[in-house]
Amino acid sequence: MDFIGEKLLQVVIALAVFAALIGLIMLVVDRAPKSDKEKITVIGFLAPAAILLLVGLVYPAVTTSFLAFTDSSGKVNGVDNFVWIFTQPEALVTLRNTVIWTVLVPLLSTSFGLAYAVFIDKARGEKVLKALVFMPMAISFVGAGIIWKLVYDYRGPGIEQTGVLNALRVALGLDPKQFLLDAPGNTIFLIIVMVWIQTGFSMVILSAAIKGVPVELVEAARLDGANPWQQFVNVTLPGIRGALVVVLTTITIATLKVFDIVRTMTAGNYDTSVVANEMYTQAFRAGEPGRGAALALILFLLVLPIVVYNARVLRQQREIR
Amino acid sequence: MTVTPTPDGATQKTRVRKSQTNKEVTGDDAAPMMRRVKTKLTSRWATAAAVIIAVVWTVPTFGLFVSSFRPAAKQVGPRSDGWWNAFTDWQFTFKNYVDVTASAGSQSANLSQYFVNSIAIVVPVTVFVLVLASMAAYIFAWGKFKGRDAGFIFVFTLQIVPLQMALIPLLTLFTQVLQIPPGSYAQLWIAHTMFGLPLGIFLLHNFISEIPGEVIEAAKVDGAGHTTIFWRIILPLSVPALASLAIFQFLWVWNDLLVALVFSGGTADVAPITQRLAEISGTRGNKDYLNPAAAFVSIIVPLLVFFGLQRYFVRGLLAGGLKG
Repeated sequence: MDFIGEKLLQVVIALAVFAALIGLIMLVVDRAPKSDKEKITVIGFLAPAAILLLVGLVYPAVTTSFLAFTDSSGKVNGVDNFVWIFTQPEALVTLRNTVIWTVLVPLLSTSFGLAYAVFIDKARGEKVLKALVFMPMAISFVGAGIIWKLVYDYRGPGIEQTGVLNALRVALGLDPKQFLLDAPGNTIFLIIVMVWIQTGFSMVILSAAIKGVPVELVEAARLDGANPWQQFVNVTLPGIRGALVVVLTTITIATLKVFDIVRTMTAGNYDTSVVANEMYTQAFRAGEPGRGAALALILFLLVLPIVVYNARVLRQQREIR
Repeated sequence: MTVTPTPDGATQKTRVRKSQTNKEVTGDDAAPMMRRVKTKLTSRWATAAAVIIAVVWTVPTFGLFVSSFRPAAKQVGPRSDGWWNAFTDWQFTFKNYVDVTASAGSQSANLSQYFVNSIAIVVPVTVFVLVLASMAAYIFAWGKFKGRDAGFIFVFTLQIVPLQMALIPLLTLFTQVLQIPPGSYAQLWIAHTMFGLPLGIFLLHNFISEIPGEVIEAAKVDGAGHTTIFWRIILPLSVPALASLAIFQFLWVWNDLLVALVFSGGTADVAPITQRLAEISGTRGNKDYLNPAAAFVSIIVPLLVFFGLQRYFVRGLLAGGLKG
């Protein structure tokens, strides 16, 4: 167990260096001459985060954008990488899968989450019921991958099944199925894993939103003779519109970037790859950083409309304040 | 860890709706006026549907949990069967857990090493992000300078730049320009801190900007400078938001695989437990029966954090979530 000591020492040194840096900044800000104090404070407080963001996100994003137009030896090759992405069958499958993912995951997670939030609203044991569905949020994608591999486990016909789903199929008189091997159905089975994780998120947000809908409105609708379904569609749904948008956009972004699930469950084989996974494969496994960068750029372009929309909402809110 | 959420109380006047929902979610005390007529959709069918969803959502994890205690012969090979048989055929063992954590040798999963790595990566990153993000969030909320709002919105949009875009150039920068030695945690610490900052600044800003201006003005009148206000007033008042961000950051870094794959080099000296888990579950072989136990060793910490601090976790989600 001697390795622990050495590792902890690294941690302690890092924390000490960090504390010294922050202390230094505070000292400089505190001692600044009165005339420039505000300016120096702004710089001192903002500089560490700004530098890290510029180096860690802005600079790489710009570089990647250029890299996307080069080949594996670093020479500029125009739009060849994009031509490759939009013409090669394997790359097209990747794009198709990404579209399926981004349509299905937000839709299903939000629907399940909303239904569940409505069903358990004010039910007995609401907290426990919530925790059960919310729990997958805390589990890593890698762990989720292992959990679901076990669910999808396959043994040849006639042998005792170890996966829940195939055991059910056999019990119903069907043949066991290779859930993760047969395209295009296997993509759907990967998507289920993501839905399993994200439903908890949408459920928590939507549940809170539902409770925020004024009681009087629901009550009034009920007195006017609206049945539960009408109350839900005409009062509750409009009341939680904002939360719905947030949930949908957040899950969409998370889905576009999905990597770990595909990586651990099929590694993108059997026609299950998505853009984020293919980007990793091309850039770090196949020695094609240009193609990887091009895929990353496409990912960014796909996310961009959502960014613009959110930024607009944010600006409006700040103006209201 | 009991915290009195002062700013919550302070913002109650301006944002009644939100504080009400918070109260509901934490489930402490539902105000009587919030008690809804129970004729909604809570019919028998709805309850049945809810129970089915709850069961379907729980069974996969439960199955893995049961499997992790089953002997090797029951999980793989000719005598293996489904985990649900464990309840009729009562055979449980701790051997899998001992094997994945304690047994030595190059073939062993050796998870205890990777477990320590995960902690050594997560703890400093969480501290770095909390301190740097709260400093930036404070200035974005209460500093006076040109381009403040534009700057903040720019940081917000950075949140959504895909990580994937940053990986290739950043790796080049770390290894070739800055010459950060591989086989140390430094690359992972810096990378994770960079990627955690946008969300951190955004979440904390939401909270810090709603601390009443009078509190800060009063401190200024008493002669307090920015540093004093930041450490003595802002941070203590922001504890609920800091707690939720800390949980987020902790879970996010602990569960990460992509950043680890790119920056850790993959050795037992640095690589986190998720990376090792992906490795051993990715290679099919006669050690497959260890996967469930290995997975649970990696899941247990986030689950404890989640169940222990659920209240703050939810509050953090709502801080950013209900604004739209």
